[in-house]
Amino acid sequence: MNLTLKVWRQNGPADGGRMVTYKVEDVSPDMSFLEMLDVLNERLTLEGDDPVAFDHDCREGICGMCGMVINGVAHGEQRATTTCQLHMRHFEDGATITIEPWRAAPFPVVKDLVVDRGSFDRIIQAGGFISVPAGSAPDAHSMPVKKEDADDAFDAATCIGCGACVAACPNGSASLFTAAKITHLGLLPQGQPERDSRVVAMVEQMDLEGFGGCTNTGECTAVCPKGIPLDAIAQMNADYLKAAR
Amino acid sequence: MATKAVTPRPAPARAAPARRGGFLRTSNGKKAVMAVTGAVLVLFLVAHMLGNLKVFAGAEGFNSYAAWLRTVGEPAVPGRTLLTLAEIGLLAAVGLHMWAAVSLARRAARARPVKYAARRRSRADGYVVRTMRYGGVIIALFVVWHLLDLTFGTVNPGGAAATPYERVVQGFAPARWWVTSFYLVAMAMVGLHLRHGLWSAFQTLGLARGRRRRALNVLAAAFSAVLVLGFVSVPLAVMIGVVK
Ligand code: HEM
Ligand code: SF4
Ligand code: FES
Repeated sequence: MNLTLKVWRQNGPADGGRMVTYKVEDVSPDMSFLEMLDVLNERLTLEGDDPVAFDHDCREGICGMCGMVINGVAHGEQRATTTCQLHMRHFEDGATITIEPWRAAPFPVVKDLVVDRGSFDRIIQAGGFISVPAGSAPDAHSMPVKKEDADDAFDAATCIGCGACVAACPNGSASLFTAAKITHLGLLPQGQPERDSRVVAMVEQMDLEGFGGCTNTGECTAVCPKGIPLDAIAQMNADYLKAAR
Repeated sequence: MATKAVTPRPAPARAAPARRGGFLRTSNGKKAVMAVTGAVLVLFLVAHMLGNLKVFAGAEGFNSYAAWLRTVGEPAVPGRTLLTLAEIGLLAAVGLHMWAAVSLARRAARARPVKYAARRRSRADGYVVRTMRYGGVIIALFVVWHLLDLTFGTVNPGGAAATPYERVVQGFAPARWWVTSFYLVAMAMVGLHLRHGLWSAFQTLGLARGRRRRALNVLAAAFSAVLVLGFVSVPLAVMIGVVK
């Protein structure tokens, strides 16, 4: 396949940045999106140009490092897929692909497609933990958990913190991410002692970081590679209203 | 989620234990205000729509209903007491609702200073959601016109002296088709606003979880449709001469 890429290039946080057009030839449909960018970067390096910086680590859809807005959709058109798991067979030969970083004030661009997601870390630091003596894993049956709660907590725990929800949200809200963490911890027995203070602190940190408010557009869950449901946000809202009373 | 942060930003001072800004300063708090004031307005719309249907009971029925609104509660309280209280409540609800909407819209604009070059494509049911902010403004402008037309009679051919029934019949007369059109457009906006708004309020108040989500979503759509049909039936009936 031969492709035309329009890629956001930005030398550093202070640089204004611009879209730059590249041609990439001989792309195999079996390549992942990141492998396609690797091809471009090898050529750029050989030509003495600066390769396009992008985040990645596991390349198997579990670490949450990768992520870019592809043709206006976070992680690309393919549902429930991280950018590293997106394959070129989903694109047409000769297509033009626009590639941009996550856009949100609390995700400042570090370079090209790499953004600083430290704001997510600080939301976690504000309350996304449980304070218990952590020894070896407890016996599976020592503390019974309702099946539905266990399932919902587990589903919420699959959030990999990629930030696609923020990138897709027209309000730049981090509600889905924050709600996933609150649901994950708040539904389990170990999360109960700090349930109220956690939701208040994490929601407040989300505001402090400059994320927008949620207007229940559902864009987040539609692009979430892990399919975190809007139910999580309802859970967060219910917990918040209860704790803030 | 650890990010290869080349230039880590200093962590903001650890949040003080109390809700420093207070409930109303948080985005979640503002959303709750929006949901509760929206619910007050929805209750008003239901009552208003049902009241409007009295037009089909004829001039007598409609006018005496309008008079009753002003005398209800007498003699326990002086005339118009309950109506005035309701008006103050509604004004406060509209004011708070708009304040929260504007404040959240500004927060959203600050959260995305750099826009996407590619058109950010909606992957959810995006159309109705996008009408919320400008639709709300259209509804607010409509309410101003509506009050001048049918409440104060300022822009109504019948004027302030006409009975409520006459104002409706003359206000939606076929010659004033442009008024009726504006009314229909505004009602369509109300329908869209409630289609998303109702569902959104359920979500904001944390009610739309699990199996209830689908039911509440359908409820929001059905409710909005019935409400709008009720509202538009009156001017349409005047236009085609069923009510005259
Ligand atoms: C008849 C009058 C109105 C009614 C019944 C009404 C009702 C509602 C309800 C129930 C919500 C949902 C709250 C939530 O998100 O949880 C809502 C949201 C909203 N309303 Fe209104 N509203 C009215 C007028 C207005 C006006 C005049 C404005 C504009 C200035 C406005 C702007 C908004 C906005 C921006 C939202 C948030 C939409 C979103 O969640 O994306 N509304 N409204
Ligand atoms: S909720 Fe989904 S989109 Fe948001 S950070 Fe977690 S995995 Fe990524
Ligand atoms: S690189 Fe780990 S999820 Fe994509």
